[in-house]
Amino acid sequence: MIEYTKRNIRAWSLLGPSGAHGAAALELAERNPDILMLTADLCFFSGLERFKAAYPDRLYNFGIAEQNMLGAAAGLAKEGFIPFANTYASFCTSRCADQVRVNMSYMKLPIKLIGLTAGYAAGILGATHTSVEDIAFMRALPNITVISPADCTEIIKAMLAASETDDPTYIRLTGPQNTPIVYSDDYDFQIGKAVTVREGEDACIIATGSMVYHAMQAAKLLESNGVSCTVLNMHTIKPLDIQAIMDANEKHKLLVTAEEHSIIGGLYGAVAEVLCKEGAHKPVLPFGINDVFVRPGSYSYQMKESGLYAEHIGNMILKKMMLI
Amino acid sequence: MANEDTVRRCAEASARIRRRILEMTYETGNAGAHIGGSLSMVELLACLYVGCIRFDPQNPCWEGRDRVILSKGHAAMALYPAMAEAGIIKTEELKTFKKDGSRLGGHPSLNGLPGIEFASGSLGQGLSLGVGTCLGLRRKGNAESRVYVFLGDGECDEGSVWEAAASAAQYDLKNLVAVIDVNGIQYDGDTNEIMNLAPFESKWKDFGWEAVSIDGHDIGAILEAYNCIEDKPLAILAHTIKGKGISFMENNRKYHNAGLTNKLYEQALEELEAAK
Repeated sequence: MIEYTKRNIRAWSLLGPSGAHGAAALELAERNPDILMLTADLCFFSGLERFKAAYPDRLYNFGIAEQNMLGAAAGLAKEGFIPFANTYASFCTSRCADQVRVNMSYMKLPIKLIGLTAGYAAGILGATHTSVEDIAFMRALPNITVISPADCTEIIKAMLAASETDDPTYIRLTGPQNTPIVYSDDYDFQIGKAVTVREGEDACIIATGSMVYHAMQAAKLLESNGVSCTVLNMHTIKPLDIQAIMDANEKHKLLVTAEEHSIIGGLYGAVAEVLCKEGAHKPVLPFGINDVFVRPGSYSYQMKESGLYAEHIGNMILKKMMLI
Repeated sequence: MANEDTVRRCAEASARIRRRILEMTYETGNAGAHIGGSLSMVELLACLYVGCIRFDPQNPCWEGRDRVILSKGHAAMALYPAMAEAGIIKTEELKTFKKDGSRLGGHPSLNGLPGIEFASGSLGQGLSLGVGTCLGLRRKGNAESRVYVFLGDGECDEGSVWEAAASAAQYDLKNLVAVIDVNGIQYDGDTNEIMNLAPFESKWKDFGWEAVSIDGHDIGAILEAYNCIEDKPLAILAHTIKGKGISFMENNRKYHNAGLTNKLYEQALEELEAAK
């Protein structure tokens, strides 16, 4: 039985998103014998070595063949099993986009797809291994739940929650090893329900994935400049917590979105769609990757190049607030 | 050897299916339908559904059923009447083929139709579905059910077919049967000219499968191949004629997807009558 102790939370953070994925897999195996783990030559990388040792017959490695892994996952799902299939986020979304579309979206088969190193976590390997378009693609597909956990604890909670629904689900794992901790204590996680991690009055930063932590840091910086910020962890991109967005729109002067993803089609797009439909709304300041490939480099280099760090976000919000 | 009664029943069913394919195509008007690659599969599907499938129409989700996956989904027009022959759907429903709101679309989809395990239409995906299905059956201790995946030879251009083929051997899936409709013609021309996969039989063997080549219109040979129990995944390379049974359609790629004028429809019906 998994325990959300401070010690465990620190350990998961040290291991990083893949380690948290592996810890969740062990818990899932105990909870439900129908849960299986599938990978495409990334058993070690995805943190599943302990799972493999404990449950060798429940780990399927399909080699470097992501399309086949998705098809086999669909077959297993149709026969009543709950397959969690993982590979790099770019390979399990854009690489086998059609298999995702037909098997998860069109047929609604309850595959749980885990996108490793979403965003820039593998950016040192070049843009082939980054994934900054996956939210845009996945949320355009009917029937798929899209989750972007804020830290390693939330990765575990998201995987456990996903295992309890019949919905095809995509979980994108962002952030580096030594993942910043957003939740240092246990909390209530529900798919589709945003979490307010900080309350303020002037601006509301709606953040997802790794950016929740950076948004909290930005909010702290802004506090010393007299700007009070709410930070809303929008861990589920689809179905979107529309009420939380509307409430944020009503209570604040400025809305901000922050995501380790393209500003096209991701969280910003999803929030903007809601606000436009509702009519008059507060200005929205987006932080994301500005429709470019950045040069290969370390995680922090690529995040800086994309303006995805607290100081920049804080400064831009401050400037914008002065104009309001 | 298959018994004479089974051969006769499969032959009679084939004749009815062929006629229904013509009727369904004619009903689609100018839009047309995938008639060539449906006619090439008539005996293959008739023999499965009439001659050997384990399937209970009263209980279509019976765990012990054989799973059928039409990876070349555009041959749906051969699949639906074959399913009707087995009593899985009503013959009456065939009249709704490709009509607005029908369960019988141009490609199979999951909309309440019994006996359809998966949606298909995007080529190259069915064998992977079969691999996963076999793995699932094994986990459940079901060693009886077989998983039949019908592919086109043109479809085998897709790399994902070979990813699946490799994994079927890796996971030792003895209950997986790939039936490949080798009609030799794809949309743009002869398969040998567009993308030559020869030597085709040895490719499957090299991927760790047992492979047999048969005449895909020879009912006895088809039944015999279906009854093969191998200790490897089995590929049945069924050599067929695209547009089989209608002289002006045979080996004519114009009839990959086509409609029928009144005159051609009448001529085709006469040919089928004469062949009885």
